[in-house]
Amino acid sequence: MTLDPMILALFAPLFGAVAAFVLPRAAGAVGLVAVLLTCGAVLALARQVLAAGAVTLELGGWAPPMGIALRADGLGVAMLAMTAAVGLLVSVGALDALREARQRQYFWPLWLLLLTGMNGVYLGTDIFNLYVMIEVIALAAVGLTVLSGTREAVRAGLEYMYASILGALLFLMGVGFVYLQLGRLDFAGLIAAEPSAALSAALALMIVGLLLKTALFPLHFWLPAAHANATAPASALLSGLVVKAALYIFLRLTTHVPLPDEILVTLIGALGAGAVLWGGVQALRAERLKLLVAWSTVVQIGLIFIAFARAGQVGLAESWKAAALLILAHGVAKAAMFLAAGRIRDEVGHDIIRDLDRAPIRPTLAQFTFALAAISLIGLPPSLGFIGKWSLMEGAMAAGYWHWVAVTMIGTLLSVAYFSRVLAGFLRFDRVRAPLGEHQGWALADIAPLTLAISAISLGLLAAPILSFIELGYPFGAKP
Amino acid sequence: MMFGTMPQLTPDLIYGVAGIAVFAIGLVGALCTQDRLRRVLALKLCSVGAGFLLVVAAWRGPPAAPDPVPHALVITGIVVMVSATAVALALIRRLQTLETEDDT
Repeated sequence: MTLDPMILALFAPLFGAVAAFVLPRAAGAVGLVAVLLTCGAVLALARQVLAAGAVTLELGGWAPPMGIALRADGLGVAMLAMTAAVGLLVSVGALDALREARQRQYFWPLWLLLLTGMNGVYLGTDIFNLYVMIEVIALAAVGLTVLSGTREAVRAGLEYMYASILGALLFLMGVGFVYLQLGRLDFAGLIAAEPSAALSAALALMIVGLLLKTALFPLHFWLPAAHANATAPASALLSGLVVKAALYIFLRLTTHVPLPDEILVTLIGALGAGAVLWGGVQALRAERLKLLVAWSTVVQIGLIFIAFARAGQVGLAESWKAAALLILAHGVAKAAMFLAAGRIRDEVGHDIIRDLDRAPIRPTLAQFTFALAAISLIGLPPSLGFIGKWSLMEGAMAAGYWHWVAVTMIGTLLSVAYFSRVLAGFLRFDRVRAPLGEHQGWALADIAPLTLAISAISLGLLAAPILSFIELGYPFGAKP
Repeated sequence: MMFGTMPQLTPDLIYGVAGIAVFAIGLVGALCTQDRLRRVLALKLCSVGAGFLLVVAAWRGPPAAPDPVPHALVITGIVVMVSATAVALALIRRLQTLETEDDT
């Protein structure tokens, strides 16, 4: 039997995590090898999907609903590829960015476990397995949050833990209801099910759980502190990748079991609008750079939900593509931005926005990276963020839902405002007391965020192939 | 189940309603209490409630044997929750140590 790439994508990081824990001195090397193997597996899987559409693998030869099946289609593989690529670059950055031995020792097992859980989510086909995987992700993500060991980080990690476990348990309660109704838990069974009030209730429970985990306003309360107080590579992983797992399950669920009501779609869009406005105002008020970046994640999550709701219930067949584009764009750009913010903090020694322009050290490369990532997050052409926002507004205009266009515009203006607070400081040279150009603050660790930021911009030029790729294998069509 | 008629109080209904009630109590506790340990206990209650519901899903009436799949799910859920509780307790202890260190 040949090794299936889906199996490899799950077991390379899992065994890597165990090996990195057992061999703490070689943890970095083990981790890089495991992530590289995962990248290889995802590439092989992408080739299979390009050739044949969706690929399904029944573990142990047991067919669902009894056995567990793995399935890869265009959207799933796009998420896997984003995770693997961002993960690889963050890993390279982490080799240099983590200074303390204790952090280096625990970062790799936790990150590889996280990768296992995320790959499991993107390949899973039944909702109980998804529950187990989001718990795996939650435990690893909390570990990464508290990695820096400061009091604020542990406090934020504990809040994150409560929110995350509660979200997972709400999801589990929904799973229980679905089993009571249908007697099966795979997506194929969910598609075939007759819509009923009880099934809607189960779906509602699962959705609330997922919204808590993905931090949609007003359930975002745990996110800013958790993401702002983690170490830079951990923040990049948490903000760029982890919140996307629950978001992906949400997209899958709502298209397999259509939302029963137009009002619900509008409500989700309205919560997204709340996130864009409230997050934008909070980002304007943030005093620390990493806190500002964390609030910008809240804004972007809201934007993704607006993209989901942009054309109402009828438009869902198309709207998920805009949401998926924004998910990919945010994953790449936010990872770059958090790594760059971490680099600035490392070089300058603090990350208080007001005093950034008074530092004698200019980490110019990290500042440039930050600016590039901000371009994609604001949504300027030709970045991937621009394509995502454009397809959001295009769909909303076609459906005549101008209020979503207005909210997106206001959100864009707010994001220009709060990123300008940082960028303006980067461009000021009149406040510097020490001689300029003495220390540019460049390091090898700048390569990873810079690569990510450049890809966030240039992937926009590849938007058409990406769009046709995520449609492969009928992710949400009638074919299960 | 028809509306208007009193539903018969079968064991699975009693267990199901109890499960939902336990989950609800846990939910209120998790959202409304401040004490860190109490919140962990409240989350444990939620998981017990969800487990109840899955056990009810396995029940098929006295002559038939119960469905084994939900039982497997409940066991998995218990294992997950045990590890989550362990992590939460470890974090609480760590935080307590950090806070007392800062006070002195």
